[in-house]
Amino acid sequence: MTLHRKPEYGRVNRGKPINFSFDGKIYSAFDGDSLASALLAHGVHLVGRSFKYHRPRGFVAAGPEEPNALVTFDRGPGRVTPNVRATTLEVFDGLVAHSQNNWPSLTFDMGAVNDLFYMLFPAGFYNKTFMWPKSFWDRVYEPAIRKMAGLGPAPIDEDADIYASQYMHCETLIVGAGPAGIAAALAASEKPGRVILVDEQYEFGGSLLSTPNMVINDIPAWQWLEDSLAILKARENVTLLTRTTVIGYYHENFLGAVERITDHEKDLSSHKPRERLYKIRAGEVVLATGAIERPLVFQSNDRPGVMLASAAHTYLNRYGVVVGEKIALFTCHDSAYEVIFDLADAGISIAGVIDVRDQVSETIIAAAKARNIEILTGTIVSGTSGKFRVSSLRASKIEDGKITSTWEIACDCLLMCGGWTPSIHLFSHSKGSLKWREDLGAYIPDNPNENVISVGACNGTFGLRKIMTEGAGGSTEYQVNAGAFGSGIIPATFPTEGDPAKVKAFVDFQNDVTEKDINLAVREGLKSIEHVKRYTTTGMATDQGKTSNLNALQIAAKAVYKPVQQVGLTTFRPPYTPTTFGALVGGKDGHSFHVIRKTPMDGWAEDHGAVFEPVALWRRARYFPRDGEDMLAAVNRECLTTRCSLGIFDASTLGKVEVIGPDAAEFMNRMYTNPWLKLKPGSCRYGLMLGEDGYIMDDGVIGRLAENHFHVTTTTGGAPRVFRMMEDYRQTEWPELDVWLTSTTEQWAVIALNGPNARKLIEPFVEGIDLSEEKFPHMAVREGRICGVETRLFRVSFSGELGFEINVPAHYGRALWETLFIAGQKYDITPYGTETMHVLRAEKGFIIVGQDTDGTVTPMDVGMSWAIGKKKKDFVGKRSLSRPDIMAEGRKQLVGLLTDDPNIVLEEGAQLIANPEQSIPMDMIGHVTSSYWSATLNRSIALAMVKNGHALTESNVYIPMPGKIYKAQVSKCVFYDPNGERLNVI
Amino acid sequence: MLLIKCPYCQEDRPEIEFSYSGEAHIARPLNPDDLSDEEWAEYLFIRSNRRGLHHERWLHAHGCARFFNALRDTVSDKFELTYKMGEPKAQVKK
Repeated sequence: MTLHRKPEYGRVNRGKPINFSFDGKIYSAFDGDSLASALLAHGVHLVGRSFKYHRPRGFVAAGPEEPNALVTFDRGPGRVTPNVRATTLEVFDGLVAHSQNNWPSLTFDMGAVNDLFYMLFPAGFYNKTFMWPKSFWDRVYEPAIRKMAGLGPAPIDEDADIYASQYMHCETLIVGAGPAGIAAALAASEKPGRVILVDEQYEFGGSLLSTPNMVINDIPAWQWLEDSLAILKARENVTLLTRTTVIGYYHENFLGAVERITDHEKDLSSHKPRERLYKIRAGEVVLATGAIERPLVFQSNDRPGVMLASAAHTYLNRYGVVVGEKIALFTCHDSAYEVIFDLADAGISIAGVIDVRDQVSETIIAAAKARNIEILTGTIVSGTSGKFRVSSLRASKIEDGKITSTWEIACDCLLMCGGWTPSIHLFSHSKGSLKWREDLGAYIPDNPNENVISVGACNGTFGLRKIMTEGAGGSTEYQVNAGAFGSGIIPATFPTEGDPAKVKAFVDFQNDVTEKDINLAVREGLKSIEHVKRYTTTGMATDQGKTSNLNALQIAAKAVYKPVQQVGLTTFRPPYTPTTFGALVGGKDGHSFHVIRKTPMDGWAEDHGAVFEPVALWRRARYFPRDGEDMLAAVNRECLTTRCSLGIFDASTLGKVEVIGPDAAEFMNRMYTNPWLKLKPGSCRYGLMLGEDGYIMDDGVIGRLAENHFHVTTTTGGAPRVFRMMEDYRQTEWPELDVWLTSTTEQWAVIALNGPNARKLIEPFVEGIDLSEEKFPHMAVREGRICGVETRLFRVSFSGELGFEINVPAHYGRALWETLFIAGQKYDITPYGTETMHVLRAEKGFIIVGQDTDGTVTPMDVGMSWAIGKKKKDFVGKRSLSRPDIMAEGRKQLVGLLTDDPNIVLEEGAQLIANPEQSIPMDMIGHVTSSYWSATLNRSIALAMVKNGHALTESNVYIPMPGKIYKAQVSKCVFYDPNGERLNVI
Repeated sequence: MLLIKCPYCQEDRPEIEFSYSGEAHIARPLNPDDLSDEEWAEYLFIRSNRRGLHHERWLHAHGCARFFNALRDTVSDKFELTYKMGEPKAQVKK
């Protein structure tokens, strides 16, 4: 049975009754209810426990500013959302929600002992109370605090919903569809530009939804609303977005907005996205975001049943719900009288009005008298009583700033109004400056930093007529029946009964910050509001202090005896209200989270059981296990087969750049350390690229196809930055060079064949190229055809074996691979992956840039002085090679390591020491950069960067690893075939 | 997200098409070998790190792929103007 509804009030659809569950109990509601209104209709005020003290809490507000009533919205596995404000959660048939932060139950919460030990939780308590003994922090304090304090638990299941995002563009974006926003939309949409009107609620109207008695241009407010929305809907240039929260206002009128699409829908089978993120670029932005009523800060102002006057107004007029049977009002502002009069007119008993001010206007007194409402002026509320709901208040008469008398007034609901705070959050995101309005006790927008205007209450403009006229930009004069909005005072703090240090007057309900916490912070020396905020955590909860910031600011200002403007204002940051990760991620989750680049032969590798690894954005086959082989067994087999006969490897990921033009050779000469001018067409050279700082940046084999044409290869991971660096020098340093660069990485598929049978395999397929040793020596490149397809055929080797790299247009890659693989069966051909490639090159002492080098390594450090064109006047990085630090003794140099125990494979990254007997901390002289088991050599091998390593050949070093220190001998880097004879297979 | 006018494309395009490329108008010395270690270190490492209007290089990476110069306010983040490589250094109005 619903007890607290007024049948003739509200906009809920009484023809559509529904049921929902809260904490396991089934309640009735109507379509159009929020969870808050539906619970209040059943007299449920207790909905949560507070963050720190576990105090019983109820609804403070009716909108998104709600600090207390956070619930967990539970739609089943993968669809659990904690910390949802019950005031903005639309009820649908079957909705399930739970209260949070209580154990074992909402009415019997063990954590409430915190409230009795409040002296343990003063401002900055994290930093003070739990400091000693130090070892207690990890084991005792932190786990206990984490269990006791906090909000709802984060979900653990994978999100079952999908999310979407889209860009939008418009000439005018209007944020907030209250009276100001709608007036602005009506005016803006008369012009031809695109207009988007956005509101976070499921219905447009804003404050009009709570004020049906208003009459606008002789039309009742709700009729005017319906008519205006019909006009807007009919205009083709208007887009209306409900349930859409503008969460952030970024540079140059770029705003993010999240639309909630399915959270209010019973049926999820439609597979619609749960939420959609709009990225809106607007020509002009009109902010019509309204204002938020401010609570008053007094003892026990957090008891369930104590709420904002505007909230009671909304519950009555929008939802037809009465929040109490005997309602009192504590105010310092005229605006709340409209609420109390509406409640009285609805037949609700009014326990009295306590007004801080010594005087109120004759109009108000007369209106109160007509309704038989008593107004107590010069009076405050100095406390409340009641277990899980307010049952009485203490009214105290104030004279000369002191309490002179106190008496009890029974009530089951206490409304409060501490004035109004313009919602400047978005304006503040856009970096507009603010100014202080003393009469409002609030900041309002001042100089904009974007093409934006603020209209209505968010601009400090109050009173419906003024708000609407301002919204319309002066183009329309609105006439309304409402009287003046009135005025008020901003008392900030009140005198207390008894010891002020024991008063718990809450400022920030969500983070449990009281007036005395702020005073304490100021006494402890924190004078800036930014410091007070961080010390007390006021305004740092999920509501970002929507109801608390200005109260905190004014209390702090009062405590330091300074005007508010000198204390500052904390910065608002996006998002305006808490936003799901899903909305921000959009569709880019799982496989689409980031790009995976695949080579033309990737599918073949997958079909043949390759194990893959990521290399930059590519996925590359790491090894091809056969018959249950583990990685080591597979790699050993792949290495031995390649060395003895033939291996096939997908090298398509290598970066490729075409360098073409009359000045191509000169450009290459400047970019790379090596000399290029005299390299003959048809020849290749190993190219080494430095940064201007002299450190190795990239390497690769480069073929000169013609006088003015180079085919450059880069490392897989380095391709984008190498190309960018080349373009940078070409465009900005040497624009006089006549040369073009084209990235061709994805245009070529590259098949590397290594092993003594490599030539025999390709010979039958190649046309137009003489493959003989004399005509096609090592480090040569030829153009011809293979299997009828054009090819650039390189004779190069990254394994030390006879090797070819066959470049063909990418879409022929897999066909050629399959042809060669089938023909290679007679040579027992093996596909191999990056792991075997690494072992084969390490056996030859070839470096991998980025593995053996780390961005602080010079060519001399890795023994590659031979790659530097000594006679060249200049190249990128040359001057740095004679910098003092680079010439200095004691640099780490690349060496080989042979462990004493040949079966020990060192850990890559392990540190090297010279003497294992030294005391800890030991002097580290280097580290292992590459380390493998070499099946060919039947022992382990490693490369390392060691201080003065080139001088340490044949001396011993030690490598501490978990459990043991291993001994190794420093060797040359080349472990296998040091004279390179294996390249010369005839 | 900023809008950036590419001086080559002559269009305002969203920031995600561009990438930052360091301070502008620092020419690579024509004869690096003639520089002292200090002078070379100055060229390599020392940047003005200005608060306020700052000359920068940007690359229209996902557009025309050209580098250009810009005058940008490091406090507001906004671009004052952009101009082609090789054009004279934009003057900062006092």
